[in-house]
Amino acid sequence: MPAVSKGDGMRGLAVFISDIRNCKSKEAEIKRINKELANIRSKFKGDKALDGYSKKKYVCKLLFIFLLGHDIDFGHMEAVNLLSSNKYTEKQIGYLFISVLVNSNSELIRLINNAIKNDLSSRNPTFMCLALHCIANVGSREMAEAFASEIPRILVAGDTMDSVKQSAALCLLRLYKTSPDLVLMGEWTSRVVHLLNDQHMGVVTAAISLITCLSQKNPDEFKTCVSLAVSRLSRIVSSASTDLQDYTYYFVPAPWLSCKLLRLLQCYPPPEDGAVKGRLVECLETILNKAQEPPKSKKVQHSNAKNAILFEAISLIIHYDSEPNLLVRACNQLGQFLQHRETNLRYLALESMCTLASSEFSHEAVKTHIETVINALKTERDVSVRQRAADLLYAMCDRSNAKQIVAEMLSYLETADYSIREEMVLKVAILAEKYAVDYSWYVDTILNLIRIAGDYVSEEVWYRVIQIVINRDDVQGYAAKTVFEALQAPACHENMVKVGGYILGEFGNLIAGDPRSSPLVQFNLLHSKFHLCSVPTRALLLSAYIKFINLFPETKATIQEVLRCDSQIRNSDVELQQRAVEYLKLSSIASTDVLATVLEEMPPFPERESSILAKLKKKKGPGAVSVTELEDSKREGGELNGGGDRGPDTSAMSASNAVSRHSVTSNLSYVFQSTPSPSADLLGIRSSAPAGTAPASAGNLLVDVFSEAGPAAPSAAVNDDGFLSSAPPSEDPAPPLSEADELLNKFVCKNNGVLFENQLLQIGIKSEYRQNLGRMYLFYGNKTSVQFASFTTSVSCPGELQSHILSLNVQTKQVEPLVEGGAQIQQVLNIECLTDFSDAPLLNIKFRYGGALQNLTLKLPVTINKFFQPTEMSSHDFFQRWKQLSQPQQEAQKIFKANHSMDTEVLKAKLLGLGTALLDNVDPNPENYVCAGVIQTKGQQVGCLLRLEPNAQAQMYRLTLRCSKDSVSRRLCELLAEQF
Amino acid sequence: MIGGLFIYNHKGEVLISRVYRDDIGYVFQDVVGWRNAVDAFRVNVIHARQQVRSPVTNIARTSFFHVKRSNIWLAAVTKQNVNAAMVFEFLYKMCDVMTAYFGKISEENIKNNFVLIYELLDEILDFGYPQNSETGALKTFITQQGIKGQTKEEQSQITSQVTGQIGWRREGIKYRRNELFLDVLESVNLLMSPQGQVLSAHVSGRVVMKSYLSGMPECKFGMNDKIVIDKQGKGGASDDAGKSGKQSIAIDDCTFHQCVRLSKFDSERSISFIPPDGEYELMRYRTTKDIILPFRVIPLVREVGRTKLEVKVVIKSNFKPSLLAQKIEVRIPTPLNTSGVQVICMKGKAKYKASENAIVWKIKRMAGMKESQISAEIELLPTNDKKKWARPPISMNFEVPFAPSGLKVRYLKVFESKLNYSDHDVIKWVRYIGRSGIYETRC
Repeated sequence: MPAVSKGDGMRGLAVFISDIRNCKSKEAEIKRINKELANIRSKFKGDKALDGYSKKKYVCKLLFIFLLGHDIDFGHMEAVNLLSSNKYTEKQIGYLFISVLVNSNSELIRLINNAIKNDLSSRNPTFMCLALHCIANVGSREMAEAFASEIPRILVAGDTMDSVKQSAALCLLRLYKTSPDLVLMGEWTSRVVHLLNDQHMGVVTAAISLITCLSQKNPDEFKTCVSLAVSRLSRIVSSASTDLQDYTYYFVPAPWLSCKLLRLLQCYPPPEDGAVKGRLVECLETILNKAQEPPKSKKVQHSNAKNAILFEAISLIIHYDSEPNLLVRACNQLGQFLQHRETNLRYLALESMCTLASSEFSHEAVKTHIETVINALKTERDVSVRQRAADLLYAMCDRSNAKQIVAEMLSYLETADYSIREEMVLKVAILAEKYAVDYSWYVDTILNLIRIAGDYVSEEVWYRVIQIVINRDDVQGYAAKTVFEALQAPACHENMVKVGGYILGEFGNLIAGDPRSSPLVQFNLLHSKFHLCSVPTRALLLSAYIKFINLFPETKATIQEVLRCDSQIRNSDVELQQRAVEYLKLSSIASTDVLATVLEEMPPFPERESSILAKLKKKKGPGAVSVTELEDSKREGGELNGGGDRGPDTSAMSASNAVSRHSVTSNLSYVFQSTPSPSADLLGIRSSAPAGTAPASAGNLLVDVFSEAGPAAPSAAVNDDGFLSSAPPSEDPAPPLSEADELLNKFVCKNNGVLFENQLLQIGIKSEYRQNLGRMYLFYGNKTSVQFASFTTSVSCPGELQSHILSLNVQTKQVEPLVEGGAQIQQVLNIECLTDFSDAPLLNIKFRYGGALQNLTLKLPVTINKFFQPTEMSSHDFFQRWKQLSQPQQEAQKIFKANHSMDTEVLKAKLLGLGTALLDNVDPNPENYVCAGVIQTKGQQVGCLLRLEPNAQAQMYRLTLRCSKDSVSRRLCELLAEQF
Repeated sequence: MIGGLFIYNHKGEVLISRVYRDDIGYVFQDVVGWRNAVDAFRVNVIHARQQVRSPVTNIARTSFFHVKRSNIWLAAVTKQNVNAAMVFEFLYKMCDVMTAYFGKISEENIKNNFVLIYELLDEILDFGYPQNSETGALKTFITQQGIKGQTKEEQSQITSQVTGQIGWRREGIKYRRNELFLDVLESVNLLMSPQGQVLSAHVSGRVVMKSYLSGMPECKFGMNDKIVIDKQGKGGASDDAGKSGKQSIAIDDCTFHQCVRLSKFDSERSISFIPPDGEYELMRYRTTKDIILPFRVIPLVREVGRTKLEVKVVIKSNFKPSLLAQKIEVRIPTPLNTSGVQVICMKGKAKYKASENAIVWKIKRMAGMKESQISAEIELLPTNDKKKWARPPISMNFEVPFAPSGLKVRYLKVFESKLNYSDHDVIKWVRYIGRSGIYETRC
């Protein structure tokens, strides 16, 4: 840059600036500026020509005024004029003004661009540099549009000066960053890569910044730079400190360039070419070696430069993660820094170690520094370093050292900074869970955690404790004991009360034997905290109380007293009030058996990803979580996402499910269905919770709160297999009669009648059904005068009935083998419906009539509709349930021609015979028939809604069935279609 | 209640700081306490990037009330929800007191009198509650001279005076000539549209009195208050109003010096009082109806192309020809891109002031019912800014020897029963001065 001569010093500007600085008040300053602006305006008035010097002076003044914060709305033209001056100083001021004050004013931009173009095409390197700097400083889209194609040309042209190349590279980088779409890749890209070989170190340094940025977007195009970078790096690393002259900084050869090279290499995987790789490894080793050498200078700059290279090298090693040798060496080197005097170094060392800890090669090496890190956590003065130390402890934790680390973190937590407490709490909770071999240790740890830093313990943490305690029956007793002890502290955190309430409510009985923790003591302890807690906690405690009534009947009176008092039963909070009222009623009305069912122990939770981990990830962002955890999360990705969607958007069904889980067991779901409360979302259980009855009960038409439906029931019934059939027949039973189906259909709507009749035999039937049980009387009448010999009957269940999961359990009593002529014998069949079924059981009858073996197989008229319980309901209820059963597979519809007369009374009789309740005044069209009923099976209840729409003109019916179980809908539809 | 009071110079350096309550420090959670309040005001108000226009600034739940006198900032700080009007009243009073003690409020004077100022602050504010701030009374016990040997009687007099019923006047004052001066000072504010329509106008006036009366005289002040006149008219002496010719005025609101008996004003609308000795402000009032506008400004602005502007302004005086207005100044704003101005005026002197972006036209004297005009050609520099010039209003300053509100002093009676002088022996001087407040006409 040409030196500014004394005569060029612009006295007027200096005077003006000193005037401004001497102003006593803001008003005085504004007055002075107004005066100066008026002066400049009169000078810039079109009629006089100004010489370059005064133009420059006034533009400078304007610039100064602008920088003081005043608007400048003139003088741009003069500044643009300065651009075309041949004097460096004038041009420079012009560019300065333009880069500070340019706006997207169309006419001026054109002029400015023109001036810049002229300068770019001039052969004068200083002018070219000025123009490039201006482009980069403005860096707007317009600039990029105008020059994005020009600059690469300058950059790779053979005859461009080194300094211009430097500027061009940085200018292009800036344009690429602002508008990457305008900087087009082209043939220049390969030549840019070769700038890495440039003689001039400055050019290389500038070019490498550009290449790093470009290669992040198009790694393939710049792949060749790896080998070039490696060779450049090795040349620098192996050079003596004096070789590079200007680029040696405090005895370190080209530190900036080395760092940038190492960073560029981090954009690529390890080089595949063995030679290149060998050379690179050699370089990295040299760098590590150099770190061990005694410093060549005591100056801080020397060590800073050296360490900068070292840290970049280490992050490259970590990035490659394939050289165990180097990784361990890097780790050792970092270990030395952990105790370094320099705070920044300690910070960087901890940070790098965090990433090293996640590499399998260096994990062990990192673990050797545990003492130092713990020490750092305790004694470090700088909070950010302590934070890193905590991170590293978390990263290096595994099964072997978990206890130590968790203990250290816990003890640190008491004195930890408020800013990192919540994160620390999460980390402790995760580590305790992840590496818990002994769950009592886990429980201790978490309770301690709540005690020490209760405010920072998020919901997820205590949810998780409860999940784990419920799922592990080996710790339940211990947990109850520990919680009980913890609650005895005079002041305990609300989270502790929540955990305590939940666990004692579930497992208080496990410690009730001890007189020190007798039921009443437990209850009083919990209740002493009640008034200090917030509403959600109180709600939880109320649930705990009702569970107490179940666990310890002797506390019933006390608890009812508590529930009955005005502060509960008339609480202003609706949730609390409702709970108090419902629990009070429940405890006073229901029998102990019912209570025991309703208030059963919680079923275990499904194993799922810890919600705490998800929270930590959310808190720190994906980048901050170590690689292993990320992989974990990928594996469990689906679950993680699923875990996220709980909350207000869950359907009423799952909300009720959650409520019930919150309070008692899922059987109570109906009671709670109307009150999905925000506090109900305990434990974040998704709708796929194990309580299998939830979906059924939601669709259930029954208001049967206390029914004993349980998911385990069907499998239990398998044991009854032995009762299934009567004595095996001597010969294979005949195939069912062709007319068996028709016979069957006769009995869909009636229970009594003649099942079968031929010349020899008449079979009458009489049956009655109650709930899922049925009894059928079969009357075998001998129509002949000859006796039937070896008369045997057997009942078998075909198809799915026979399969392992039995739908129907039929018990028969064997009949007499002889049937006298004209006589009638009776057989009783006991039927139990286990689940829904579609095929009827087969009745096989064998006898000898006059020496000839008669073999007859009939279908027993046992159809699913026999187990109907009629349900009366109002129109409103009906349609509400109808809507609830809106899934397509739940509905079965059939349009068919009438087979019988369409008389109203007949139809009504049939529908009643079906077992359902015929509902009047439900359907808006009085012609239509609407029925409702519940099919009782042992395992479950299936609610069914039926709608029959006759069309008298067309002699057609439309039958629509909606059941909570889709197979039932289909089967019923088939059956009924034949009836009308 | 006022938590503290600070006086700053124009650089934001604290000249005086008096903290009455601790709470203002706690806001800033620091050991140094109020120092932070001091800094907060300096940073956020005195050194603010934008001009702070509101006299009340809220920083970190602390309110700063400030007034500015030349280069000096007075700031009252409080954390409580105080009566802002009271605080400002106090600040103005404080300015008056300081002026009465050492003349102009300037950095120099404040630095020279800082001991006195602390003494005054101790006296007029107790725990943040304003106390007696009457200059006359204060001067009796806070003196700038050395301590005079006071007799026992005098000392006991101070006590009874400070605690007594009439705190603003001491007993035993004697004058050879009983004299009093009454000044009616008004400032008239106006905003007028270019077409001459009055958009808003009001007069705020003060009655300032200087009394040199012996003993404890009882005074009664009467003016042409509409309510009083109407009542009298009804009462019988109807010809009195008719004789004066000038109608009565409607006073919108008024405040009185503490010496005025408000109960009497409320019941009889009569202003009676025992005046303090020396100068004081008897009352303040405001009127908005039937204002006499002393001047009318008729602007004419024509834009000739992009680079030229022609301005012509005519002013007309609108009062009795026998009266003379003084110190007339018309300020015509110029566009921000003015590059040259030529002015021609028939009377007075006109000049383009670049530092203020305005043409300033000054006329020394002007009689009533006259008119005068100025015309100017303004050359403009074409700019890239598409913003149109906002055309700020033309403003005016003047002084006229009458009250633009129409207020007239009807009487001021003095009764002193104990001493032997009567109302007739008192020499009374009455003067009316009308000044311009914000007197603007849009163009």
